[in-house]
Amino acid sequence: MGTLRPERQRVMATERDLVVLGAGMHPWGKWGKNFVEYGLVAAKAALADADVAWRDIEFVAGADTIRNGYPGFVAGSTFSQAMGWTGAQISSSYAACASGAQAMQSARAQILAGFADVAMVIGADTTPKGFFAPVGGERKEDPDWQRFHLLGATNPAFFALNARRRIDVFGDTVEDFAMVKVKNSKAGVANPYARFRKEFTLDDFAGSPIVSDPLRLLDICATSDGAAAVIICTPEYAMKKLGTLEGTVRIRAVANTTPTYPQIRLELPDIATDSNAVVQAPALGFKDSIAHNAYEQAGLGPEDVSCAEVYDLSTALELDWYENLGFCAEGEGARLVRDGVTALGGSKPVNASGGLSSFGEAIPAQAIAQVCELTWQLQGRSDGHQVENAKVGLAINQGLFGHGSCTILSV
Amino acid sequence: MTTTERIPAVEGWFTTSEPYTLIGAKCTACGTVVFPPRSGSCPSPDCDGTELEPTPLSRKGKVWSYTENHYAPPPPYVAAEPFEPYALAAVELEAEGIVILGQVAKGVMAADLSIGQEVEVDLQVLYRDADGVDHWIWTWAPSAPKGSA
Repeated sequence: MGTLRPERQRVMATERDLVVLGAGMHPWGKWGKNFVEYGLVAAKAALADADVAWRDIEFVAGADTIRNGYPGFVAGSTFSQAMGWTGAQISSSYAACASGAQAMQSARAQILAGFADVAMVIGADTTPKGFFAPVGGERKEDPDWQRFHLLGATNPAFFALNARRRIDVFGDTVEDFAMVKVKNSKAGVANPYARFRKEFTLDDFAGSPIVSDPLRLLDICATSDGAAAVIICTPEYAMKKLGTLEGTVRIRAVANTTPTYPQIRLELPDIATDSNAVVQAPALGFKDSIAHNAYEQAGLGPEDVSCAEVYDLSTALELDWYENLGFCAEGEGARLVRDGVTALGGSKPVNASGGLSSFGEAIPAQAIAQVCELTWQLQGRSDGHQVENAKVGLAINQGLFGHGSCTILSV
Repeated sequence: MTTTERIPAVEGWFTTSEPYTLIGAKCTACGTVVFPPRSGSCPSPDCDGTELEPTPLSRKGKVWSYTENHYAPPPPYVAAEPFEPYALAAVELEAEGIVILGQVAKGVMAADLSIGQEVEVDLQVLYRDADGVDHWIWTWAPSAPKGSA
């Protein structure tokens, strides 16, 4: 790790930066169908958008779901079989909320290594109702099982610990958190792929039950069914297809980052942080380092970002991301939502898709959906929720067990 | 006081007789402490230590953050019926440089807590199993105010 701020090496994409040729999604919702059905819809939509035949896909990178039996664990294979075996190379990735980004990384690395010219990245999920619980069985050694069994520390409880810090340390208010939902729900109304297309107001929060104090049900993202896929390729492949690279969406960075010891911020699903008594904590915290690594890869900085898709698992977490992304200093996130900076029409629109607050999370599809959204934003195809003159898009998320990912696209 | 042995809900993470403490693991090579206790390798990437020994952690710490669950967590949590909201606190142990999450002593709610408040380790029953056996867990309890019994 180098300097805190990346060197400005290249504002423009280089010849090597891969192209997002097409993107496709199945709308988010809660239908309880087989996740493969959703995936097929997204795959076919992405292929049509890219104008690429299924048989031409040389590499299939699947993002896994762990709640749908064996087919979910081998997602690359499952979708390949559903589409019709073609002998393509595959990978299947699980990295919790970062699974989709890990699949992106797998396909991108395969192409950059010269083993393929064009690949599909795909993820789909069918989710149970209610709180996310650990997968079944008594597993006393599993930290995820332990935190539920010993403490009842649900995901919202962890989000709430974080939100409480923001209130007591930074002076945020529950209204600030609610404003994130109000902003995201307003943007999501126009998104045909969003599950909740209803605009919420601050008044709606009074009637929303507290789940984990200080967070109410409306502060916390739901779980959803959904699917997303993208087709990515070499610039040469795109050139042959399109006759020009002008206006193509380029992949500037895909960073999948682990924490650096000692990780001193309590994060899901851990019951305790690392100790910093003997080894000093790193200058950059984990969540800051996720964005930092992507900025370094891209040769870009926060000032270059036109729009961002961040994981608003809770409203308060979105404010953290503003700070982790360098959009403002630590503790100032609430000001950005209060001042409309991160709303559509503001100078740094965040979650113009409507965010997880409008989608609910379909874990392995979500990071890929972020890439779909950014692709369409950069192509000016986001009717009703378009960010004006979007040139650089950034997507960031964090999964359980120290997975974090950040993807940067530019046009 | 009865002398009935208390069955911990998890083995080796805390003492079941007074003084109640959490038990971490300490690397014999570099002195790094880790909780929950682990064996086999030091968590520090720069240490080759493979021996970790149990070490009692500070009994008292300061609240780093806290929340209150208003819905029964899903299994494997064994929720009482009817469910009663309870608080969780993440507590910073200064000497060890660790933040540890725990349930807050029954009856102490979010409104009773604040960041920086001193709390200490206590025990309470987490659940009673089908055979009527109580399983105990550590809690964070506000340190008794001066002068109280």
